[in-house]
Amino acid sequence: MSSLPAYIITRFLMVIPTVLILLTIVFLILRIIPGDPITAMVGQKVPEEVLERLRHEAGLDKPYHEQYIDYLKGVFTGDLGKSMIWGKRPVIAEIMDHFPATLELTIFGFVLSVMIGVATGSIAAFRRGSKVDSGMRIYSIVAYTLFIPWFGMLLQMLFGVYLKVLPIGGRITPGNTPDTVTGLYVLDSILTLNMNSLADAFAHLALPALTLGIVLSGAYTRLLRNNLIEVLSQDFIKAYRARGVRNRKVVFHAMKNAFIPVVTLMGLQFAILLAGAVLTESTFSWPGMGTFLIERIEYRDYTSVQGAIVFYAVFVALISLVVDVIYALLDPRIRY
Amino acid sequence: MAEVRNLATTIFSFLPEAEGRYMVISGIAIITIVALMAVFSPFIAPYDPIKSGKDVLQPPSPEHIMGTDNLGRDIFSRIVFGSRVVLSVVLSASLVSTVIGVPIGLISGYFGGRLDRVLSMLMDSMYAFPGLILAIAIAAVLGPSVFNAVVAISVVYVPTYFRMIRGQTLSIKSQLFVEAAKATGASDWRIMRKYIFPNLIPTLVVVFSLSVADAILTEAGLSFLGFIVSAPTPDWGFELASGRPYLPAGYWWMITFPGLMVMLLSLGFALVGEGLSEIYAIGRER
Amino acid sequence: MLLDIENLTTIFRTRRGVVRAVDNVSISIKKGEFVSIVGESGCGKSTLAHSVMKLIDHPGEILGGKITFDGLDLLSLSDEEMRKIRGDKIGMVFQNPMTSLDPLEKVGDQISETIMEHMNVTKKEAWQMAREMLEKVGLQPERVDSYPHQLSGGQRQRVMIAMAISLNPKLLIADEPTTALDVIVQEKIMDFLEDMKREGRAVILITHDFALAAERSDRIAVMYAGWLVEMGDAEALTNDPLHPYTKGLIQSVPDVWMDKEIKPLPGFPPDLINPPEGCRFRPRCPNASEMCMREPPEVEVDGRVVKCWLYG
Repeated sequence: MSSLPAYIITRFLMVIPTVLILLTIVFLILRIIPGDPITAMVGQKVPEEVLERLRHEAGLDKPYHEQYIDYLKGVFTGDLGKSMIWGKRPVIAEIMDHFPATLELTIFGFVLSVMIGVATGSIAAFRRGSKVDSGMRIYSIVAYTLFIPWFGMLLQMLFGVYLKVLPIGGRITPGNTPDTVTGLYVLDSILTLNMNSLADAFAHLALPALTLGIVLSGAYTRLLRNNLIEVLSQDFIKAYRARGVRNRKVVFHAMKNAFIPVVTLMGLQFAILLAGAVLTESTFSWPGMGTFLIERIEYRDYTSVQGAIVFYAVFVALISLVVDVIYALLDPRIRY
Repeated sequence: MAEVRNLATTIFSFLPEAEGRYMVISGIAIITIVALMAVFSPFIAPYDPIKSGKDVLQPPSPEHIMGTDNLGRDIFSRIVFGSRVVLSVVLSASLVSTVIGVPIGLISGYFGGRLDRVLSMLMDSMYAFPGLILAIAIAAVLGPSVFNAVVAISVVYVPTYFRMIRGQTLSIKSQLFVEAAKATGASDWRIMRKYIFPNLIPTLVVVFSLSVADAILTEAGLSFLGFIVSAPTPDWGFELASGRPYLPAGYWWMITFPGLMVMLLSLGFALVGEGLSEIYAIGRER
Repeated sequence: MLLDIENLTTIFRTRRGVVRAVDNVSISIKKGEFVSIVGESGCGKSTLAHSVMKLIDHPGEILGGKITFDGLDLLSLSDEEMRKIRGDKIGMVFQNPMTSLDPLEKVGDQISETIMEHMNVTKKEAWQMAREMLEKVGLQPERVDSYPHQLSGGQRQRVMIAMAISLNPKLLIADEPTTALDVIVQEKIMDFLEDMKREGRAVILITHDFALAAERSDRIAVMYAGWLVEMGDAEALTNDPLHPYTKGLIQSVPDVWMDKEIKPLPGFPPDLINPPEGCRFRPRCPNASEMCMREPPEVEVDGRVVKCWLYG
């Protein structure tokens, strides 16, 4: 017999090589491929002394192996270097300023995508073979191919420009910012009982979260539909009914079984969610990690760019760990 | 209409009568239209896509069916020429990914062992990383250009091909006809080329269609963020970024049509991939 | 009579046509009686059992007839009234114990959920009852904390039986309960079903195994292609089968004790979308004649029901 804690620990240890590989890939891409990243980013027209200074600031004047060790050491101690522009603040501080915005957007986008996907997928499964089912199948493909900036702008146009009911950009109306507790405006508004901010934060969150939610829901629609049809045809569902278990409870058990593969998909979808968030942030002027990354690329702030990419890598690895643990909690068969 | 339907039935008679058939047919129709647009751009586009005109920000009209942009250029003509950038970037990147991903996947799956473990871990890690962000990182260090976009996008999709081909190779490898070929003393190279590769082709076609559908969105994303072309070159994603400042004032046509094209083209490839995988019952990822 | 099935017809509407899976079948079962329904796969025996539970899903449909259970007209009951009978008054055990338990719920949860759907007890009381039920079917009471994947096939089938009898039903329907299990486990499960009968319950065993039915039951009903072809006392029917199909079925059973010649039945059961005209067994019947081009009547011979022109 195996135990859940043992599984979680094993799984946690397995994250380490994944993180190392990702960090190495990032290192290779950012430092080795272009030859000299500073020249690549800043351009050749800058005087050589300036380039030298920038290289030194970013620690790029050392041999590759030393750079690599410094780099890993930095990542594991949370020191991602200093920004090369403006106040030259530590990159990790800059990231922490922007990360809550992305986290808030992705959480709401994620929850919406699962909700929409589960609703559409189960409707399709329960009305299998009907027109509704065919419609949901088309929806699942079309939703995936929606181009996020386009879809976002269509929503902006409808709700922001014509109906004028929702703001078309930004995270909150200036002056409405809640006192910072977690950096998540919705949560902070609730914690500080600031209803004004809460409504404002929701209004700003609505369109970007809906954009992400709909685009990402298609994969869930299809997976849930197929799983549910498969589960509903299984013997144990009939056995439940033969024991006089209420229909509503049978449906609950069926949904729980159909949901297990969906959890696996969540892990994969999270990467797509983060990528989608970059475009969503850009479309809605959302001051998150994506906006930060694109802005620092424009300003040629090499250390910040590297820091942001590294942060994404670690974040993705941790999410995959969380997803695996949820999976193990849901499915008693998955234990080591 | 009946003749068209008969013609379509004849052309697509190689596809079995399955539900996915109409998906494949409509997908191929969309792709063909866009491909014709790209090849015959100068003949299709009514105006010069680069030259500014004096009728700025005109809504769709008989003269300009998709309206004009802030510099008075015909949006339809820019979309027609823009299809060249999208298709050439996406198709060349996807070919590069295929040429790299397929052989590595085949070799890794066929020989197994330590090489396979290392490659799989590497590819799985890359696969787990958000594709667009990886492409942005690469495009950022290489600098914005069409060629660099091809490099960035092809790196992103190598793991997709690798994983699918490796998995498929593993299952084909254990089948009897491969065992039989081994027993007759065929070399590894010959087995891979003669027995395994031909059986990978259906999977490859499906993965290719679905990856291209995804790559179109990645290309448009990169272009939207300014990593591919610069003004005045027309490219669909980039058009959206140019139209964005005019949106609050209600100039809907500047963004509506380019974005619609991105979706349609991606949908075309997705329909082909989904339809084929349904017809041939091929498992899929993403 | 505890269960009275009269002229039951259950059909399935498929793309190719209508399948009359159960065609005009009548069977009665007394309290404390062990009745086996025997036939090849596809003969309608499982559909008959599912019809009694009203578990026939789309595209299936109970087209006609009457099912009276314990004085209640089942076919006229509402869904909710029928739900209350399932599991409470009628228990059912399924063919494949590997797939008939929810893989995500503990055994105790599955048993106690069933109990709580029918009785007004607390969760704690229901779990205690679940422990007792497991003990009754010969499992350790601690098994309530097990998940299905931690149990063997035989253990799972015991759990299924524990659930089926947990509310003390008057009728237990076992649909091929031992087909998926090995012989020793099979014996034990069958012994247990016989115990159920001794406790005063009626038991319906659905099986393709004639020898098993002959060994265990009071009465046997033989089904062929949706028809009830012969029904009567188990011993009499085994020793002196009347219907040519029953004869063929008995001759095709290998017997370890006697060195008898095994004669497999020639041919295959008919396609029920397009059954043969007249008697459905005609194409395979050694006694077929002109008469058999018309549907044979159901007649009573020596207290047995036979659907064959030889006796009509």
